[in-house]
Amino acid sequence: MKIAWTFLGAIVIALFSFTAHAGTLDDVKSAGVLKCGINTGLPGFAYTDDAGNWIGFDAAYCRAVAAAVLGDPDKVEYHNLTGQQRFPALASGEIDVLSRNTTWTFSRDVDLGFTFIGVSYYDGQGFIGRKSLGIKSATELDGASVCIQTGTTTELNLADFFRVNGMTYEPVPIETNEEARIAYLAERCDVYTTDASGLAATKTTFEDGDAHMVFPEIISKEPLGPLVRHGDDQWADIARWVLNALINAEELGVTQGNVSSLAGGSDNPEINRMLGSEGSLGEMLGLSKTWAVAAIKAGGNYGEIFERYLGTGTALGLERGVNALYTNGGLIYAPPMR
Amino acid sequence: MTDQSFFRSQADLLPERSPPPATTGVLGWVRGNLFSSWLNSILTLIGLYLLWIIIPPALDWAFFSADIAGDDRFACTSEGACWAWLDQRYNQFLYGFYPADQRWRVNIALLLLIPALIPLLFDKVPGAKIGRWFSLAYPFVATILLVGGFGFESVPTNKFGGFMLNITVGLAGIILSLPIGIVLALGRRSNMPVVRILSVAFIEIFRGVPLITLLFTAAILLPIFMPPNVSFDLVVRVIVVVTAFSSAYMAEVIRGGLQAIPRGQYEAAQALGLGYWRMMALIILPQALKISIPGIVNTFIGLFKDTTLVIVIGLFDILNIGKSMVSNPDWLGLSAEAYVFVALFFFVVCFSMSRYSSLLEKRLDTENR
Amino acid sequence: MAVTESSSFQVRRIWTDERARSAIFQLLTIVGLAALIAIMVSNTLANLDARGLDVGFDFVGDPAFFDINQKLINYTSQSTFGRALIVGLLNTLLVSAMGIIAATIIGFSAGVLRLSNNWIVSRMVTVYVEITRNVPVLLQIIFWWTILTGLPKVRDSLSLGDVAFLNNRGIRMPAPILEEGFGYVLIAILVGFVAAILVGRWAKRRQDETGEAFPAIWTGLGLIIGLPLIVYFLTGSPVDWDIPERTRFNYRGGFNVTPELIALWFALSTYTGAFISEIVRSGILSVSKGQTEAASAIGLRSNLTMRKIILPQALRVIIPPLTSQYLNLTKNSSLAVAIGYQDLVSIGGTVLNQSGQAIEVVAIWMFVYLSLSLMTSAFMNWYNRRIALVER
Repeated sequence: MKIAWTFLGAIVIALFSFTAHAGTLDDVKSAGVLKCGINTGLPGFAYTDDAGNWIGFDAAYCRAVAAAVLGDPDKVEYHNLTGQQRFPALASGEIDVLSRNTTWTFSRDVDLGFTFIGVSYYDGQGFIGRKSLGIKSATELDGASVCIQTGTTTELNLADFFRVNGMTYEPVPIETNEEARIAYLAERCDVYTTDASGLAATKTTFEDGDAHMVFPEIISKEPLGPLVRHGDDQWADIARWVLNALINAEELGVTQGNVSSLAGGSDNPEINRMLGSEGSLGEMLGLSKTWAVAAIKAGGNYGEIFERYLGTGTALGLERGVNALYTNGGLIYAPPMR
Repeated sequence: MTDQSFFRSQADLLPERSPPPATTGVLGWVRGNLFSSWLNSILTLIGLYLLWIIIPPALDWAFFSADIAGDDRFACTSEGACWAWLDQRYNQFLYGFYPADQRWRVNIALLLLIPALIPLLFDKVPGAKIGRWFSLAYPFVATILLVGGFGFESVPTNKFGGFMLNITVGLAGIILSLPIGIVLALGRRSNMPVVRILSVAFIEIFRGVPLITLLFTAAILLPIFMPPNVSFDLVVRVIVVVTAFSSAYMAEVIRGGLQAIPRGQYEAAQALGLGYWRMMALIILPQALKISIPGIVNTFIGLFKDTTLVIVIGLFDILNIGKSMVSNPDWLGLSAEAYVFVALFFFVVCFSMSRYSSLLEKRLDTENR
Repeated sequence: MAVTESSSFQVRRIWTDERARSAIFQLLTIVGLAALIAIMVSNTLANLDARGLDVGFDFVGDPAFFDINQKLINYTSQSTFGRALIVGLLNTLLVSAMGIIAATIIGFSAGVLRLSNNWIVSRMVTVYVEITRNVPVLLQIIFWWTILTGLPKVRDSLSLGDVAFLNNRGIRMPAPILEEGFGYVLIAILVGFVAAILVGRWAKRRQDETGEAFPAIWTGLGLIIGLPLIVYFLTGSPVDWDIPERTRFNYRGGFNVTPELIALWFALSTYTGAFISEIVRSGILSVSKGQTEAASAIGLRSNLTMRKIILPQALRVIIPPLTSQYLNLTKNSSLAVAIGYQDLVSIGGTVLNQSGQAIEVVAIWMFVYLSLSLMTSAFMNWYNRRIALVER
């Protein structure tokens, strides 16, 4: 009987996690693993490699946070979330941070009770269609069938766009990006609309990519970024400054390759403060001195992560564009670390 | 002498004739079974035509002009199906994201299922009594094997996927729902109004709503009902709602079994001075459960098929693994192959279970006569 | 002695008294349940409070801002969440009703055919039943949808007499536009129905009294269809047809049945049909063989035997499990979400996501499906009783 109870206890402990919500940081440290919410599958942002590991632009951020907090980028537990699940999952504490190409909007920030910690990717909603349709602009889409993912801001933008332009359309609501692509290729719909990055990602998977075009209109602003729960400012700071450190690292020329040698000290005081050889930024966050070193070592700086998963060298082939550093004419800009 | 002339000899009888040719042999069978009437002939011809347009192209697609090797879909050059992915992806279909070096634990858990099931399904095997103790311990053994602990490396449940997720959710649901179903079935037949009403309410509520809304509840609402400092994992939450769902069906199956037990059994037990619980545990339930086994197996088949619904809350069961494979650039557009494979998998498992349950039904049918 | 032990004796008496024991047990059950609910409610409130969320159905009045492609009532992106949910409910009811009718027809035909003495036919039906029963319905829905998206593209649409068009975006058919004077036709339909019912009753009474059969069904059909037709032409065809026309992308006008609806309908009706055929088969087998023999002894032909002797008796066995199949079909229609047919669950999911009101949306789902299931049960129980009365 006693053995049975031990068994039962072990199982309960294995499956339930009783966390004392002192703070997310302490929870993560005591659990020894960062629970990170990502997409159920979106090329470039969150997808599996052949061994079944989740990788991508969004997943790389999770790894950087895990490295900064726990010292090991592999200590991430990925939770694949659908559009409907992501907010309840974050709100309930099932995940510690949500990095699932989520648009920063007023109501999500204010009404749903989350804190967006920055913008990791500036996106906008566009349309992709066949060149054979013979149109050059999304304003000529009157009467078209439009494939769209449900439960996203794109659904609302689409309705607004067609209403404002006095056009009609047939929405073809689809649950996931994959199904939407299948439907589009089968010509169930004339155009597919989603974030421009997603369109580019989708287009790369077409056999006849040249037969399709992304229309010039970008009908919405979609600043994508990681978010955490309202009310835990320390954790929000950590999440925010890991992202900022990655961006600053690119600006300062700190890369995955040279971060170890720079960590010992350099002639640039900004780098020294960030990497912990000067000052005590890590302690202020409640982390170790070398938090930023670990975060950068995990997957490189912002630019390296971008190039690895989204950039021109990948199948997606996205230009930096507005996602270049402000020094290169883009919008990516992080506050100074001092 | 006269007697002899009175009786006709054998030779006087008409010679034995063979039956009319139209009722024997292949031709007779064809005539009797396929062309016995106008309507029948038309049906036969329609049937043959359907077979002709379905079977040869299907076989050709699946086997004769199919490709079976290659690294990606471009290696598949012929007209038929492309099975090249099977070789590279079957591990994902079976184990999902379970760590490769720990997959033997899943295999052992699945293998142990056989000795755990045999004493329950066939009562005539030797050692069935001892075997049942193992059956009782199996859920604990399997849980430890799968999630870890006791020296095994811990594997978080979000690594569960593929066929093992279907099996895990299905089996856990059915095992846990059996005792709850028994309690609910007894509750529904109880003469305590409160217990009866609550049981009926539970059963009707969970039978009345689609499983998919319960899964949404598990994914979205259950965490809200928990105390603020407790969170538990999605697969466990899914198992909780699946258990509640199948308990309601189980209760109805067992209620059917209870109703089939003749009144005399109850009276005899009471006459022996047995109380309610001892009467149920020793006399009624063993009989009722035995005749409920086909129903329980059918409930399990239904539940097992329903485990594919976890796809709507982002879990990667075998169907979702298939769908995600189809979206991989290497294997794009092979949805027919992936779905056929998954369908075949379910068909083999469910069909053999349903054969077993109908076999059992027949056996019980004769035993009761 | 007796005095000192009286209190423990009392306790034991309460314990051994069945009524007292059951009262205590029930009380404990209620207390336990109430405590559980109280804990859950307080947890919920604490959680909602911590996240600054509020509970309430006020959101149903807010504008939805998203569009729906399949709608039986007027709806635009400016309509409210509440209206969106009603559109979803109507879509659920539509596909369930269509599915129930088709599944019944498929199920009864397959059940009868499976018992046919035609070897090929009965084997083929068996194969159909076993395959559809043993493969998850979700997979079948996705399968049918995949098949339907393989239909001709819009530019290659199959045209039926240039008024209806079939392509992988569905079937587009002419829609009637009712004009003045159509009211008379509606009245004629009503009159036709009433007359058909009256004829049916009269025919039944006559058959009971004199034994003479009267083709009541055909007369009834004639009344229901013929009468409105006559009125229709007398009033000068007060219906105009909105015939679909080709635009740059699609066909416009008429009404469209989407491939999502068709796929869901096919999958649900073939899946449930397989289960119904099993029920029908065992129902027919439950009618004793003597009935068939007696029927053929009095010279009834085999299809009449089936219709007049076997099926009416089998129905009594068939109806109760049939009810639960209808309920299953209605519940399975919620799998629409997998292929983007916008039923209650699909639209509810969107509403949930756009408004953040998870508890309320899930509550609406549960309430609607429970009501549907209770109503179906009530109707079928009523029908079952009616059938049972035929027994003498």
